[in-house]
Amino acid sequence: MGIKEIQEEIVDEFSMFEDWMQRYEYMIELGKSLPLIDEKYKIDGNIIKGCQSKVWVHAELEGDKLVFTADSDAIITKGIIAILIRVFSNQKPQDIIDADTEFIDEIGLKEHLSPTRANGLVSMVKQLKMYAIAYQTQLN
Amino acid sequence: MEKTTFNPITIRKDFPILNRKVNGNPLVYFDNAATSQTPQQVIDVIVDYYSNYNANIHRGVHALSQEATDKYEQARIKIQKHFNAAKPYEIIFTSGTTHSINLVANGFSSILKAGDELIVSAMEHHSNIVPWQMLCERTGAILKVIPMSEEGELLLDEYHKLLSGKTKLVFCNHVSNALGTVNPIKTIIDAAHEVGAAVLIDGAQAAPHIKADVQELDVDFYTVSAHKMCGPTGEGMLYGKEEWLNLLPPYQGGGEMIAEVTFAKTTYADLPHKFEAGTPNICGGIAFGAALDYMNAIGFEGIAAYENELLHYATEQLLTIEGLRIYGTSKSKTSVISFNIEGIHPYDMGSILDKLGIAVRTGHHCAQPIMDFYKIPGTVRASFSFYNTKDEVDVLVAGIKRAKAMLL
Repeated sequence: MGIKEIQEEIVDEFSMFEDWMQRYEYMIELGKSLPLIDEKYKIDGNIIKGCQSKVWVHAELEGDKLVFTADSDAIITKGIIAILIRVFSNQKPQDIIDADTEFIDEIGLKEHLSPTRANGLVSMVKQLKMYAIAYQTQLN
Repeated sequence: MEKTTFNPITIRKDFPILNRKVNGNPLVYFDNAATSQTPQQVIDVIVDYYSNYNANIHRGVHALSQEATDKYEQARIKIQKHFNAAKPYEIIFTSGTTHSINLVANGFSSILKAGDELIVSAMEHHSNIVPWQMLCERTGAILKVIPMSEEGELLLDEYHKLLSGKTKLVFCNHVSNALGTVNPIKTIIDAAHEVGAAVLIDGAQAAPHIKADVQELDVDFYTVSAHKMCGPTGEGMLYGKEEWLNLLPPYQGGGEMIAEVTFAKTTYADLPHKFEAGTPNICGGIAFGAALDYMNAIGFEGIAAYENELLHYATEQLLTIEGLRIYGTSKSKTSVISFNIEGIHPYDMGSILDKLGIAVRTGHHCAQPIMDFYKIPGTVRASFSFYNTKDEVDVLVAGIKRAKAMLL
């Protein structure tokens, strides 16, 4: 499935929630349930420091697709990471470079991906794209 | 008399922002240690300035400039009287505490030499650490740290051991922004003076709660941010003893701070203008004065007594929540409670409280050494002002319980 389709699927899923409580409960569930990153990659070199929560990102190329794993010490941040991974992981680097994150707005979590929110998520998205650019260069 | 007239319900009416809703809920504003809200009386002064007498000060011969200059200088006198400085020109208008500290740190770069020692407390805001570290890098001076206890109190015995003939400067906050601890600054100042060191006290977190008397304290420098005490942002003051201010070189060059300029040599203006280069935040200075008028009309005794009542009520209520730990348990505190709940990241707690309309601060509060001391990524900080109520504390406690149920 392409990035756009996955984003639409997520927007559909979230449209069933009636209020922020349900959205957040779902995010927290996602955050709790997903083992996101191999412990050996939770190293300082992979850390993205937000002011408040830490985020770790690791990228690996599998064939022509880029696979991301990530984690955070805050559970809501982790839930959003789980969604971002679902969208961006296992995609071609060029598609990741071209993709936007406006769907986060549509599912009512825009504050977490605001450039002024100090949680490391914005830097994480930037980092995902940087990896995509780096691996795209490699593929070329 | 102040105690009997103190009524938070009446006071709340002065603050228009307290009527707004956030995420569909009535705003509960508990981030007062970051910035306080602004009463209508101060807002009116700001509007009046821009509506009636906005002009550049100190130079114009026209009526508006004269009016603005008079009001600005009257504000300086209000600040002088409030903090009981000996002379009005010992009050330097700055953009706030950070600016004030940088001004002093910069001045000391021409006084210190390699091997001189500076002493800082373990519970400082980054703004009272980094400028001094930069000063040490420039001069080769050495920074020493007064350690603190698990309760969040400075270890004075250790402080006394650090002091020596090499000590040139000691800096410490009056009240810790992250923990709320009121530090024994009189003891700290007196001990520093015994070895001939100067003392800068960061009063940013104390000024909204405690009326400091700089002469009684015998402090060399005292810094305040207006926005933490019902005034506007981007405005504050540096108090400095006249002899120190005369000794320090100017911080920034420009207009206003000169006596005479030629390409051969420029001579500097007298205090306070020597440190006030460029057009200042005129409206901000006047509004700072208005904020002091407002708070003094309510009375600091009444404010402190009521905030203390809120602190004790909130502490008691919060401690009924299982797994909640308060950081900073000194007996001498202002109305600040820093806490965590076992297993919950402060960011998660803050995000859910925000959805409930409750504004708290989360994170390291620009005091990373304190977080490192407790080995935590940060805390949730609820800080109360005299316009908050016990009902709002109940809303916070219910909100934390709800968030806890969601997060654990």
